[in-house]
Formats: sequence, structure tokens, C-alpha cells
Amino acid sequence: MRERGRELTIVAALAMLSGYLSLTQANFRDAFTISTILTNAAYVAVVGIGMTIVIVAGQIDISVGSMLAVCALITGTLARAGVPMPLVVLASLLLGLGMGALNGALVAYLRVPSIIVTLATLTVLRGAIVWWTKGYWVMPLPPGWKVLGTTHLLGLPLPVWIGWAAVLAASILLAHTVFGREIYAAGSHPQAAQLNGIDTARVTFWVFALNGLLVGLATMLHVTRFSMVQTQEGLGLEFLVITAVVVGGTNIFGGSGTVMGTYLGVLLLTVTSSALTFLGISATWDQAIRGAFILVAVTADIVRTGQWRQPVGWA
Amino acid sequence: MTEALLQLRGITKRFPGVLALDGVDFALTAGEVHALVGENGAGKSTLIKIISGVHQPDAGRIDYLGTPVTFPTPRAAADRGITVIYQEVALFPDLTVLENLYVGAYPRRPLLRHSGRGRRVDWMAMRARAQDVAASLGVKLDLEAPVHRLSAAQQQLVEIARALLRDARVIIMDEPTGPLTQQDAARLFSLIRQLRSRGVGIIYISHRLEEIFEVADRLTVLRDGRRIVAMPVGETTREMLIHHMVGRTLDTLYPHTARQTGPPVLEVEGLGTSGALTDVSFTLGRGEILGLAGLVGSGRTTLARAIFGIVPPGRGRIKLDGVDARIAHAGRARELGIAYVPEERQRQGLVLPFSVSENLSLVILRRLSRLGFINHASERTVAHDVVRRLDIRTPGIGVPAATLSGGNQQKVVVGKWLAAQPRVLIMDEPTRGVDVGAKAEIHRLMSELAGRGLAILLISSELPELLGMSDRIMVMHRGRIAGELSRGQATQEKIMAMATGVA
Repeated sequence: MRERGRELTIVAALAMLSGYLSLTQANFRDAFTISTILTNAAYVAVVGIGMTIVIVAGQIDISVGSMLAVCALITGTLARAGVPMPLVVLASLLLGLGMGALNGALVAYLRVPSIIVTLATLTVLRGAIVWWTKGYWVMPLPPGWKVLGTTHLLGLPLPVWIGWAAVLAASILLAHTVFGREIYAAGSHPQAAQLNGIDTARVTFWVFALNGLLVGLATMLHVTRFSMVQTQEGLGLEFLVITAVVVGGTNIFGGSGTVMGTYLGVLLLTVTSSALTFLGISATWDQAIRGAFILVAVTADIVRTGQWRQPVGWA
Repeated sequence: MTEALLQLRGITKRFPGVLALDGVDFALTAGEVHALVGENGAGKSTLIKIISGVHQPDAGRIDYLGTPVTFPTPRAAADRGITVIYQEVALFPDLTVLENLYVGAYPRRPLLRHSGRGRRVDWMAMRARAQDVAASLGVKLDLEAPVHRLSAAQQQLVEIARALLRDARVIIMDEPTGPLTQQDAARLFSLIRQLRSRGVGIIYISHRLEEIFEVADRLTVLRDGRRIVAMPVGETTREMLIHHMVGRTLDTLYPHTARQTGPPVLEVEGLGTSGALTDVSFTLGRGEILGLAGLVGSGRTTLARAIFGIVPPGRGRIKLDGVDARIAHAGRARELGIAYVPEERQRQGLVLPFSVSENLSLVILRRLSRLGFINHASERTVAHDVVRRLDIRTPGIGVPAATLSGGNQQKVVVGKWLAAQPRVLIMDEPTRGVDVGAKAEIHRLMSELAGRGLAILLISSELPELLGMSDRIMVMHRGRIAGELSRGQATQEKIMAMATGVA
């Protein structure tokens, strides 16, 4: 739970990669490049926070990409209809919360496995989007739309600051609150948690609801940087986010992990992506490198914990 | 005397902190049903695990079919014809009966007629041999049915048939009648007699003494890891057998102090759950230690879990300090001041990756927090306090609970609940697997707590512990309260008689 090993490894990898790029690629040192990387990472990180919490609690949510698309399209439509931006942001948060709560209720109270529930919501929501938009993008958007995404504070766009605030808040939630402790207990050992009087169903429900809320927030950080909302927003986001969470040291079986690890994982993946661009390597390698990161991270865990000595099926 | 099929001499097995078997001799002849009896923890399980290759003895020798053997793995023992049928059926529920009969040893035949090595599962041969075995036992087996559709008795039959298909010479049955109805049990006994007449040696383990007198030829009594006696069943009586099983003198380890039992704290009226509990009623008073005896599976743990809100009670009610308590979940039980130290602390009581202090604070987190934020300073204070009071030996309060010894882990579980200052403390096998020193400390602590007015429900399979600690002992048998004994009346023999359904 408080292992810093993985985080230091990622920091080292990030330092090496950035150092190499800074020395060889003059443009990489630009404030603009750094700001772009941090901005691109911000919304992924916010979804990653929610995913970390869900995975620490022993669950999974693969519907985040579809939820993000729903939030994006509905808020875009609201903005076009003249709803003021503060209300649009609020709508995104509530919409995310509602969808997350639906996932949570199905997992916690109907005991449907989370992979199945969120596979279903992933598909249903994505289908609903196609049916509703018929593939048309939401545009043009009113002038106020891009204020959140493009306003700078101390040289960095607002989404970066909001992302950092979310990482900080979630770290505090996990490490210093009763709810955080209950999340680790439920993910670590659900029966023991229950025997200690922890209502594991309630914890599970709120974990999914919180994840939905964070997706709502991430949507706003992401889409307000562009002048239109595309129907394929968030497609494949779940893979990117789960990769970052696992690379960041969270145990995929629940019970341990940190939000800071996930944030570093997101940064590593983002820097790697832009490194490929700088080095002129085809973006198709991006996927392969992400896959390799997962294998390295998980294999390292398994070797460290000696889990490979156990028979297959003993998680 | 006929030559032994299986002969064990001087078998000794030590586990960390426990001498599980101490120079045990055991002999099984072909065509004999040999009962292995003893209290929980007497060493029966360890002995059969050594015979079946799960554990290796630290000392002693095993002769099988006249030659010395070692079984490094269960597979090695099974290949030589030694099969164990455990209490909990070890079949694959989604495979068919036929597939289960041969799992791990499918007969093969060549892919093509003359293509050499067997690569294809030979279903025809499997079916034919399975039908032969079923016919020879005089039973019907639906070979194509998935096992999960079978009754407990039918599943057991599948296990027996599987053993025979592998030419088992020794079949070990561990509490085989546990899941069976009486009619099914009667059928099982006639099956056992058939196996015996075929020359199979059967080791029969059961807590139900009446069964031993019905089906066994000889018996061996184990107590505290030693063989107490081995003799033909005909030469003993139930009373003698019980005496052999529990025969040690009660040590003065138990610090029972004379206490006045106060007004009832916990009142249970007509509690029933589907299947496991029937019409359970009792009261537990302030400052009282109420012992709860019963065999494994008699419903003791279910009762504890029903009171703690984990098993939903179907019927009946629970009152705390005279007020009706609706305990829908464990969190509610905790709020009402009920504490539960569960049976298997490793699997249930502790969150092993959590640190000692995180485990100690788990049930009082709300008290240690403000607006949901944990006050880490008070968390540490409480942890240090409990560690000191219970003398928990740990390198620090920040180390994972998993690294502590069994006794100290148990103290963490107890200490965690004490920090919650409960009204009722339920302890399920609180000293199992705990070394003698830690055990005495836990007992002393229990007496101290009862002296300060805590109502304690003590579930234990260890009769001396129950007799030594309890003010009153309640005995369960098959989900019911079979009887109650005052401290003055209670003897190990009386408890055993009630628990086995003799009295």
C-alpha cells in the first residue's frame, strides 16, 4: 500500500527518457512541448484516479471511454443550446456520477461481476451514441466552450492544475480517510473487511459512483480544448488508463496501489507517445510499447512476490 | 494376525509451535474398517495427510504392502492405490460424472488405429469400465450428468467409484456422513461393507461415535498427537471411548475467577436459519463466559455469524440489553457493541497486508476520525496501547500483520475488538493454533474482561478450555441446543455425550 519502489522506477524511467529527448531533440525542451504533454496527461490522469480506486477496491471499470463520450456529446449539445458553461460542467459531473452509480449498483447490489457490468455499459452507451448522433460531430460550439481548456494559470493550462488537484485530493482520500481505508480493506480481503463490520457493498457502490464523477470531470478537461465534440471521443480510453494504473504499481487483483503511481504511469505513457513523434517512429509502435510496459510491470510484481511459484489459478 | 496392508511406526510430525504427531503407530489390514477417533486437533488430519502424501513425517516409517515407502506427493500415494475421500467433495462440478471419474488419468488410445502413442481420450473404454464398477457396487450412475446436479450422496458415490477405478487398496474417509441424510448414511455403510469384503482397507474418521460402533472393526484413539489405544471395536463401549478421547486431567491453566453473572445482555429467542440452525434460544449475562460446545458442523459458527449479522437469520429474534436488535449486517452488529473474533483468523479476522496498527484500528476507524479523516496520531496511540496491554510481540505497529506469529495475530484480532469496547464478545476457537504461552494470556485476558462486565460467548472444540473458562456450557448438536450444563455439573463425558447425540 505504501510501496514507493514502483514510483521511483517510473520517475527514473521518465527522467532518462526526457533527458535523452532534451539532449537530442531541441524542441522537446520547449515550454510548449512540456505544457502539451502535461495537458494531454491531465484528463487521462483524472480517469486514471477513478480507475485506481476501482481496482484497489478489487473491481474494474472498462466503460470509462463510453461514459466520457456520453458526457462529451451531451455537454456539447447543452452548450450549443445556450446553457451557461458552469451549468454545463455541473451537468457533466452529474451525468458521470449517475452512470457510475448505475455500474456500482449493478455490481454491489445485484452482485454482477464488474467486468461484465461495465462491458455491457461500454457497449450500450457506445451504441446509444451512434444511434443518437448518427455519427455527426457536435459543432460549432459557442465561444465560451474553450475557456476552461485553454485558460492559462502560471504558464500552464487550467486542466493541468485541476488534474494535479484531483491527484492530491484522491491521494488524501485513499491514505487519510475512513473511506480510503475501507477501500483498501475491501479490495485486499472482502471477507475480512465484512467481518470487521465494513459494508463492502456500500464501498463498492461509491467507488463506482466516484469513478463516474471523475470521468465527468475528465470529460470537461479534455473536450474544452477543442472546437468540436467527436462521436469517437474516448474510444479505447479504458486500455490506456488500465495500462497506466498497472504500470503505476496498482495490484490488478485489488488491495494495493496509489494514485501517485498512476499519475506517473500516465506521464510515462504520454512522454513515450510524444517521444515516438519526436524520433520519427510510426505511431503504430505506441500500442506495442504500452503492451510491453504492462508485461514488464506485471512480471516484475510476480517475480517480486513469488507468485509464479504457485499453481495456475491461485490468484 | 494377517499381514498389515499399511503399517506406520513411530510417526512424528512437527509444525511451527505444535507437535502434531508424537511417535504414532497405526496398522491397517486388508478388508478392515479402521476408525480413527479423537477430539479436534488430536492429530487425525495430520495422520491421514501423512498417509496420503500431503505431509512428510519428520520421523518414523511407513510400510505399504510389505515394503517401506515414502509418498512425496498426494499423486504418488494415489498412484499406489491410497485414496482420500474428504468431507468436502473434491469433484469438478461442471464436468460430467464420467469425466470426473477419470480426471487426471484419462485412458488414451492412438489417434489413428496403428499410430503408436495414445493421444485420444478413449471414451468407450471409460464408459465400459465405469459401468462395470457401478454394477459391481450395485448402484446406478448417470455417467453423462454434470456433477453439480447430483446429491451429496451421489457425489460421494462418484468419489468411491473413482477410487475403485484406480484400483484403490486403501480408502480414507474423512467425516463421510457429514453432508448425508440418515438414509444415505445407511446406504454408505452397506457400501463400505462391500468394499471391505473386496479386501479394501478403509480408514474411517468420524465424530459420530454411533457410526463407529456400527461400521468399524477396529479403532485407534489419538489424543494430543499421541496414540492412546488401538483395539477391536467390540472390546470397548461409548463411555470408555469418550474417556480415552478426552482423558487428560484438567490443567490449572485456566484462571477462572468466581464472578457474579449480571442481568442478561444478549437474549436469543427461537433463532433459526434455513438448514443450519433450529430454534436456538439462550441468554448471556453481564460478566458471564458462556461456553458453546459441539462438533464441527453442529451449527456453532453459524450461530455466531447469525448473531453478528453475517448469516441472515430466518426466524427468531435477538435482544441486546432488553431491546430488540435488528442486525441486518455486520456493521450494525458492530455499532450495537457486538464483537466477533472469527474462527480462522488468517482468512477472516485480519487483513493480512494491512499493518498491525491498521488492523487494530479497523473497527474503530470512525471513532478515530473527524469528518471522515483519520487522526493518525490517535490511531498510533491506540495501537501502541493495545500492543502494550496485550503484550503483542511485533517489531513495530507498522509491519504487516502477515509477518506475526499465530498467537500474536490472534491477539491483534482480539485487541482490535477490545479497542471497540463491546458489550458482547463472541470468540470462535480463540486459541486454536496458538502456542501455550499465548493461549494462557488469551485466557487470562478473557477472565479479566468478564470480571469487568463483558459478556463472552466462547466457542471451542477444546473441552478442557470450555470447562476451564466457562461459567455455563451450552452444547449444540445438528443445529439445535442439545443441552446446557452449569460449571459444577459439566464434565467432558457429559458434553461429548450431548454433542454426539448419545445423551
